[in-house]
Amino acid sequence: MSIFLNENSKVIVQGMTGSEGSKHTQRMLASGTAIVGGVNPRKAGTSVDFDGTSVPVFGGVADAMKETGADVSVIFVPPPFAKAAVIEAVDAQIGLAVVITEGIPVHDSTYFWAHAQGGSTRIIGPNCPGLISPGRSNAGIIPANITKQGKIGLVSKSGTLTYQMMYELRDIGFSTAIGIGGDPVIGTTHIDALQAFQDDPETEAIVMIGEIGGDAEERAADFIKANVTKPVVGYVAGFTAPEGKTMGHAGAIVSGSAGTAQAKQEALEAAGVRVGKTPSETAKLMREIVGA
Amino acid sequence: MDLFEYQARDLLASHGVPVLPGGVAETPEQAEAIAREIGQTVVVKAQVKTGGRGKAGGVKLADNPDDAKARAQDILGLDIKGHITHKVMVAQASDIAEEYYFSYLLDRSNRTFLAMASKEGGMEIEQLAVERPEALARIAIDASKGVDAAKAAEIVDAANFPAEVRDQVIAIAIQLWDVFAKEDATLVEVNPLAKAPDGTVLALDAKVTLDENAGFRQTEHAALEDAAAADPLEARAKEKDLNYVKLEGEVGIIGNGAGLVMSTLDVVAYAGEEFGGVKPANFLDIGGGASAEVMANGLEIILSDPAVKSVFVNVFGGITACDAVANGIVSALSILGDEATKPLVVRLDGNNVEEGRRILAEANHPLVTVVDTMDGAARRAAELAA
Repeated sequence: MSIFLNENSKVIVQGMTGSEGSKHTQRMLASGTAIVGGVNPRKAGTSVDFDGTSVPVFGGVADAMKETGADVSVIFVPPPFAKAAVIEAVDAQIGLAVVITEGIPVHDSTYFWAHAQGGSTRIIGPNCPGLISPGRSNAGIIPANITKQGKIGLVSKSGTLTYQMMYELRDIGFSTAIGIGGDPVIGTTHIDALQAFQDDPETEAIVMIGEIGGDAEERAADFIKANVTKPVVGYVAGFTAPEGKTMGHAGAIVSGSAGTAQAKQEALEAAGVRVGKTPSETAKLMREIVGA
Repeated sequence: MDLFEYQARDLLASHGVPVLPGGVAETPEQAEAIAREIGQTVVVKAQVKTGGRGKAGGVKLADNPDDAKARAQDILGLDIKGHITHKVMVAQASDIAEEYYFSYLLDRSNRTFLAMASKEGGMEIEQLAVERPEALARIAIDASKGVDAAKAAEIVDAANFPAEVRDQVIAIAIQLWDVFAKEDATLVEVNPLAKAPDGTVLALDAKVTLDENAGFRQTEHAALEDAAAADPLEARAKEKDLNYVKLEGEVGIIGNGAGLVMSTLDVVAYAGEEFGGVKPANFLDIGGGASAEVMANGLEIILSDPAVKSVFVNVFGGITACDAVANGIVSALSILGDEATKPLVVRLDGNNVEEGRRILAEANHPLVTVVDTMDGAARRAAELAA
């Protein structure tokens, strides 16, 4: 098993014909993902060739789902049009919408999050690398060649730290690695992923990576204490970040005394999570747990 | 982006929120002219993006234009908690009968917007929230619906505003929502929202934070940026579209991906403890691409920082291959030529790492040391900066 994404996932790409969309569609196909279509109203009825694989382009998400049975959409649509793209995916009731786009105004993401409540779509992101269930499917931009299928589950706000941690533990392998994104408002949270990993029989241990800003890690710590019986190791980035400065990710900011790495580490440790001082040390803690 | 009070006031006024007449001055003479135009007692207020201006002597009343000039003279140049005052706002003074509080903000935890309102304004809201939480109404706002007359009434009634100002505050609540939604703000806070002796309700001081991600549709917001306050290195980095934050240390940092760069800063500071407290000099995320040109631009900025004694280039080749990054470093050093004078510690991992390391070994640049692990490279960079 894996979480949110598996070998039966049928994936469409909104924004497939753009430069990022087409580059990563190619990569997703190369890693074995079932890409069944792209969405672009102006190019409906055409198809795009990716190294001999012809991918049809549909006018809308609903059409694509009807024709192909797609249940996942990966969204590369640029910020001015991203809100409409996510709303379209939600209204078509697709199961999973993975929003890769960076730079979406927070009023737009807060709107589409509110719009999705009570519906049947899980949103991951925005401003995220997506998720990969190695050996099964890859929805987003996480490199597929870092590691293999295995027993660790990983959830992270950061893309490159996800890759780094997958690389550190590449010999053990991952059930699913999911980058939930570094924006102030995101769809799937650490807690959602922790719950899913807890329920996934293949996942034996979990790595949780957080960073400064907000209180998602503190909430996750409370959740772990109450609900997660599998071992969790943690890492938090941003101890040296100054107050009031945005550190790359729109959501990575310490405001006054709120959102510090110190507070997050303390909350996780109080919940029994072992927290590494560096990514490598975190990987070592995981090795001690899984005995590899 | 946080606005100055005068910018927030202008933005509120442009959406119909009642404010007092006033203007902004950079010289005592300008302050005098504004006071003359207002023609009655004015308040001269330091424009700094921090609280506690009053206590620091940054807010003064002036009875006449000459007095306003003198007060502006006192306040301009004042250091308020490390913020130097370059501008003052000169506004008509108002007697205050009652002070209220009203704000809209992004509630990250609940992924929604929040209205906060109280009929006890004036003091710091954090203090009110701790001391008298029951006096602060907090009403969640559905982002897909916004604030209409009914929602505004719900907020105002939850805060139990006095009956004689209820209608005025409801109208202002709708106008403030207009500011919040149409300007892509993440904070609109009015404190105090004041009742004048004649019963009129006015926004006397405001804080506004705007979402920089909305720049593509808020084209007028760029002009609100305080270019004067930006660190010169940060300003140059911004011109080159680099994601750079100046810090107070000695080890220059270049990496790819915000999370990895934040982590790199921490790992350097951690390693630096061993070498007398060496710290990272900056945050610089060159993103996924890491082309030679971007690498050269980044290195150029970092090497021009006189505080930098060594540089740590930390790249995980995910989408980008390490050979491309290694070529980028080699080209960047040749572009920079004699300008490159400080030692570089490079750590590459991930996609095509062997080829990347081979390229760096072959180039054999005298300034470059390649270290295989992130922790080891951080330690070496800290040692070189000690």
